[in-house]
Amino acid sequence: MMFKGKDIVSIKELSKKEIDRIFEVAEEMVPIARGEKKSEILRGYVLATLFFEPSTRTRLSFETAMHRLGGGVIGFSNPKATSISKGETLADTIRIIDLYSDVIVIRHPYEGSARLAAEFAQHPVINAGDGAGQHPTQTLLDLFTMAREFGDIKGLNIALIGDLKYGRTVHSLAYILSELGANIYLVSPPLLRMPRHIIRELKSKPVEVDNLDDIVEEVDVFYVTRIQKERFPDPTEYRKVAGTYSITEKLLSRAKKSAIVMHPLPRVGEIATEVDKLPHARYFQQAFNGVPVRMALLSLVLGVV
Amino acid sequence: MDEKKTLKVQKIKNGIVIDHIPCGRALKVLKILNIEGDIGSSVSIAMHVRSRYGWKDIVKIEDRYLEEKELDKIALVAPTATVNIIKNYEVVKKHKVQVPDKIVGIVRCTNPRCITNQNEPLTPEFYVISKEPLIIKCKYCERDMESEEIIENII
Repeated sequence: MMFKGKDIVSIKELSKKEIDRIFEVAEEMVPIARGEKKSEILRGYVLATLFFEPSTRTRLSFETAMHRLGGGVIGFSNPKATSISKGETLADTIRIIDLYSDVIVIRHPYEGSARLAAEFAQHPVINAGDGAGQHPTQTLLDLFTMAREFGDIKGLNIALIGDLKYGRTVHSLAYILSELGANIYLVSPPLLRMPRHIIRELKSKPVEVDNLDDIVEEVDVFYVTRIQKERFPDPTEYRKVAGTYSITEKLLSRAKKSAIVMHPLPRVGEIATEVDKLPHARYFQQAFNGVPVRMALLSLVLGVV
Repeated sequence: MDEKKTLKVQKIKNGIVIDHIPCGRALKVLKILNIEGDIGSSVSIAMHVRSRYGWKDIVKIEDRYLEEKELDKIALVAPTATVNIIKNYEVVKKHKVQVPDKIVGIVRCTNPRCITNQNEPLTPEFYVISKEPLIIKCKYCERDMESEEIIENII
């Protein structure tokens, strides 16, 4: 297994063995990510974060990951202030930044842009989201959160809830969960069902349910996503639907004791704030897990671990 | 009537005969070969011709040979076609077109938000997911494309 120099563009390109290795390293990174232990393993390395689209969590957690390991960070989060606004191609931007850095993290509005970056850069490229396409580090931190909780993903009952049509995180997550042998429930309003071409690629057929109530007792992981108001032509319809798919203390009173609730965040009412104090809540832990997972990826692709 | 019959059977001296084109696809084959207006040689088309396996179209082009890329394009439009190379009225080579495993530079991605459609120095590339029915996947945006959609986007 060679990680040094590897591009992380799509979750589909990672084997089970590689994912296990990433998690093994991520686990070692947890105390460093918390600031309890110090590390300098990436001292002298430079990470370039190219954010052609705004993102707070993903960008800051990558930058934190690099800083925690003693490395340096360059980059931008506002492409308007760069030569891209003068009409430079992405390929040229990548060629130049590649000369300044050792590893590139890119978020871009167009699908496939990370693949392009990986082709034009000599150094490894990590995709931090390309339009409606892939966002592999989010998928990895989601999986890491589940793996830390339950050990094995195989046989877990995982409910993907909310906007399964436009939410890109659930598309790659469903793919890898089915590869790893989880049982998937898809819970969404009819308007926001998971697209057929995504379901077609799943190893085992997921169970589609309209009502969360019907399966709440069986679920190990409630993976909740945001239902966006603008997807609905009628605001009353939105309010009705959003209410049906929200996680409350009352609903969770019927859930397994060991069940956890996850959300890629930001949340807007899909999970009641009363859930925050329950032992089921894992979404803040999940957001934190982005740091050790990204630390693991950076040190693996740079070949220092 | 006689004239039509002549066209159908008339032999060409040098060039190609594309046979076994699925019914109704002959004009599409000409289109992807950029055969329009004055090309300096004669072209004959026979549409809806009876064959051993049902109906087919045939295209004959004089003094023209095909490049590998063009053969791949024909395979996308007419996967059942055979291409006969004619020299001095004789068939010197006959081959069945084949959908390649990778499609490079002959189809444009249908996804307007794909990076290959943004003026970048890239050649569109697709993996063939299934040959029957034809389904291809963009190497960049990973979007699937199927039959008619593929034909409409041949470059």
